[in-house]
Amino acid sequence: MDILTQTKTGFTSIIKSFFRKKRYRIGIYGPPNAGKTTLANRITLDWTGENIGAVSEIPHETRRAHRQSDICITDSRGHTVIIDIVDTPGVTTKIDYKEFLEYGITKDEAILRAREATEGVAEAMHWLREDIDGVIYMMDSTQDPFMQVNIMMIGIIESRKLPVVIVANKIDLPDAVPQRIRGAFPQHPVIPVSSIEGKNVEDLYDNMVRTFR
Amino acid sequence: MIEGIQIDLISEERLALLTSIEKVHLILDQVRKGTIVILERGLSPEEQSTLIEMAMLEILPDGFNGLEIESYPSKDEGTGIFSKLVGKGANKPRMTVIGPANQLKMIKKERDLISAWVSSR
Repeated sequence: MDILTQTKTGFTSIIKSFFRKKRYRIGIYGPPNAGKTTLANRITLDWTGENIGAVSEIPHETRRAHRQSDICITDSRGHTVIIDIVDTPGVTTKIDYKEFLEYGITKDEAILRAREATEGVAEAMHWLREDIDGVIYMMDSTQDPFMQVNIMMIGIIESRKLPVVIVANKIDLPDAVPQRIRGAFPQHPVIPVSSIEGKNVEDLYDNMVRTFR
Repeated sequence: MIEGIQIDLISEERLALLTSIEKVHLILDQVRKGTIVILERGLSPEEQSTLIEMAMLEILPDGFNGLEIESYPSKDEGTGIFSKLVGKGANKPRMTVIGPANQLKMIKKERDLISAWVSSR
């Protein structure tokens, strides 16, 4: 390659990198069974046509962080953001394998699930400290928003100055009260959503573009 | 000897003498022995994150199964522009109760009230 070609190639790559949109790594965090994987699947299906992970009524179905790269989200005004979605295991401060036995799995399976879940929570905390640019924090609208894990996680996210959108999920359920979540965390955008039915996800996409762009 | 549950109330001054990792080890060591630890001033978010991660790695089947932690939500103080500019908008840790998950259970929690129940092993 001659000097002229090398210079041209180098110049082109500088111009390309200047105009390239930064990719943001967005973690979906929240307590177990808040609907993180359901939302991750909804987002990836809507924008890439693929699922990211399996969902289950048994807590800690997601025991490792899963990443889906290069998701281009466009809001209602035509603005876009390119993100990697990281679906993380549910965060908790306690895991007892006996709770899994209630779902009809064997003791050995429950112990294995608990061990994988503890590793998954530790991994999720590590991702948050090292590798995440923004957070979608999921809460179940039928549950008490003052759960300690929510208070701690929002505090950790704020201390790291990460942009965050709070999703008040499961608004399709009759006892959902998303207003409680708004009242508990008035400092952040709170978007009521039903991930499973896709209700109000357009509002979430608008907020994601606004917050993570 | 009277049987019961040990409760350690750790002052803000004593906590201030410890590094973050020393605080986390102190709490985990005490809680794994069945002690309820009350911190006059709670942990920073980074310390809480480390505590969760380390507690997860200590969990064993039919043994230690994690922590119950309770503290008040952060106060909505310093949310104005001036406070943010001078760095006073950050969450300040508040009094925190930590115990073994199989002994300390939260009964009720509100913005200004924590009601918990403690059992022996």
